[in-house]
Amino acid sequence: MTEVIATNETILVVGGGISGMTAALEAAETGKQVVLVEKRPYVGGRVTQLYKYFPKLCFPTCGLEINQRRAKMNPNLNIISMAEVTDIKGEAGNYTATVKISPRYVNENCTACGDCAKAVEAEFDDEYNYGLGKRKGAYLPHRMAHPQRYVLDPAIIGTDDAQKAKDACKVNAIDLDMQEEVIEFKAGAVVWATGWKPYDANKIQPYGYDRIANVITSVEFERMADPNGPTGGKLTRPSDGKEVKSVAFIQCAGSRDKNHLLHCSRICCMASLKQATYPADEVAISIYYIDIRAIDRFEDFYQKVKAKENVKFIKSKVASIVENKENGNPTLHGVDTEGYNRYADEHDLVVLAVGMEPSVDKASFPVEITINEEGFIEPAPENGGVFAAGCSSDALDVNRAVQHATGAAMRAIQVVNRVAATEG
Amino acid sequence: MSDLNTAMIEKYRSSFLKEVEANVEEGEWVKMCMQCGVCSGSCPLGKHWEHPPQEIFMMIRAGKREDVLSSDSMWMCTSCYNCIARCPRGLPITHIMHGLAVYSKRLGLTPQKQPTAEFSQIFWDNLMKKGRVNELKLGLSMYFKDGFGQGIKNAMANQKLGQNMMKAKRMNAMEFFGGHSVKDLSGFQKIIKKAQEIEAGNIKEFK
Repeated sequence: MTEVIATNETILVVGGGISGMTAALEAAETGKQVVLVEKRPYVGGRVTQLYKYFPKLCFPTCGLEINQRRAKMNPNLNIISMAEVTDIKGEAGNYTATVKISPRYVNENCTACGDCAKAVEAEFDDEYNYGLGKRKGAYLPHRMAHPQRYVLDPAIIGTDDAQKAKDACKVNAIDLDMQEEVIEFKAGAVVWATGWKPYDANKIQPYGYDRIANVITSVEFERMADPNGPTGGKLTRPSDGKEVKSVAFIQCAGSRDKNHLLHCSRICCMASLKQATYPADEVAISIYYIDIRAIDRFEDFYQKVKAKENVKFIKSKVASIVENKENGNPTLHGVDTEGYNRYADEHDLVVLAVGMEPSVDKASFPVEITINEEGFIEPAPENGGVFAAGCSSDALDVNRAVQHATGAAMRAIQVVNRVAATEG
Repeated sequence: MSDLNTAMIEKYRSSFLKEVEANVEEGEWVKMCMQCGVCSGSCPLGKHWEHPPQEIFMMIRAGKREDVLSSDSMWMCTSCYNCIARCPRGLPITHIMHGLAVYSKRLGLTPQKQPTAEFSQIFWDNLMKKGRVNELKLGLSMYFKDGFGQGIKNAMANQKLGQNMMKAKRMNAMEFFGGHSVKDLSGFQKIIKKAQEIEAGNIKEFK
């Protein structure tokens, strides 16, 4: 049974991505008791799936390591992974949270040696790589996963593979009898940091993501560029594995669009500019855009990418993509705004800079909450002691999400301080 | 926005944009265009337009009154609604194109011999006579619109089609003589006249 010691002075953080982790750590480091509930088997969220950050082109692993170390060192922070908040009752200063914990089938004995993964045969689509590669039925989600512990896919439970994994384990870490748990505990304030998900590119019908192999999303491209990713950092085409010689980026794929996401997702311009630096200089890059939104100090980065000889900017929202059946090249059709020229451009690979959809489900939200027309949580008195952090409040980049999460932690601390004052 | 801001925006707004907003159906949407170009790229007849919709919107905002209103472009619209379905800003582009065509026609700026404009006029005249479209006469008017010789040629070329339609009772040769009308023809004509009066009364003067 998972033990959680919590009181009305405890802060519950829902979601352990960069925002949730930041809020949890900042609060815990002020001496507050914090329980962090994360759906995935590890913390760090989508930031762990990034190859590089913009604009410095440094590696997210660096900051992630610092945060994970802070988490390990802090006795005030209790991280519950593979868990979801199913209900919250009460009001600010007096909440009761219900949390469902899925079985990992691997206990604290795990040394992450990997023997179980070697023994298991079944393979599954690797969600960490957005389905671009395969992982075993017993797996470490990614190299830096925290907690550094293997996971057994529930699909292998009851099969020979599960027994093979158990037999291979020398430290007695595999517990096939682990069950789903539902626990309840108190909390004074809640930081809601469930983040975002890439907009479903299948919904953008004219771009043919569902039917053209060489049309991929920006998050998939990010995984492809990572040397630890499914292609070992090689930019190859999904259709034939051929090395990519020309790449097109389509901006606002799902953003700023009445038919899709109403809002500007803010990160996509900078993400594509960043991704334009990944391929070698011989690779021709075309960026199709409505307008480049590289705000304040990012302008320098935009100018730097603009100066690259292999990068071309076309002011136009692409109208449709048709596959050239002979060579698998996606052909982009549209009319540009600088001269109104009709084009039909062929590229080896097309990257859809998909928008940020908030991972906030209004229908199943456990407490009363104010959600705006874009689907993000609005700061409102009705929200009580529930404070949105990071991308559940707006489309934000990592830098701004971290700032926002720190602010949310501050709000939560104010609530539990009030509780402490009244309870003496 | 402050009153001063609003006043300054009014001052700098082109007068042709104001004219379009006042006199063209759905014209108030023109300012919402963000020039992404999806409408132009999605138009199945796009390459036949001298100025694609996105360019028309920009020309309106740039005050190119004569170029827009005497253009052939908005007459190319076939009302497929692809642009409306895809426009990220939800502009009723098809309707704006029809509105511009109607307005250019009202001002007499439509290019001579524009086929869509010619057909529309023939259709309207036909409809006004009896309150119903006389399909036989409509077809014949189209055949003979470019002269008697060409009319005979057109009629001969479609002879088989016409005969088949008569056999299937889709067309009646007797309609050539008068043709049947709506029950209350004068009432119908009064309605149209009234509607035209109201429409004319709504048109604002711009010069």
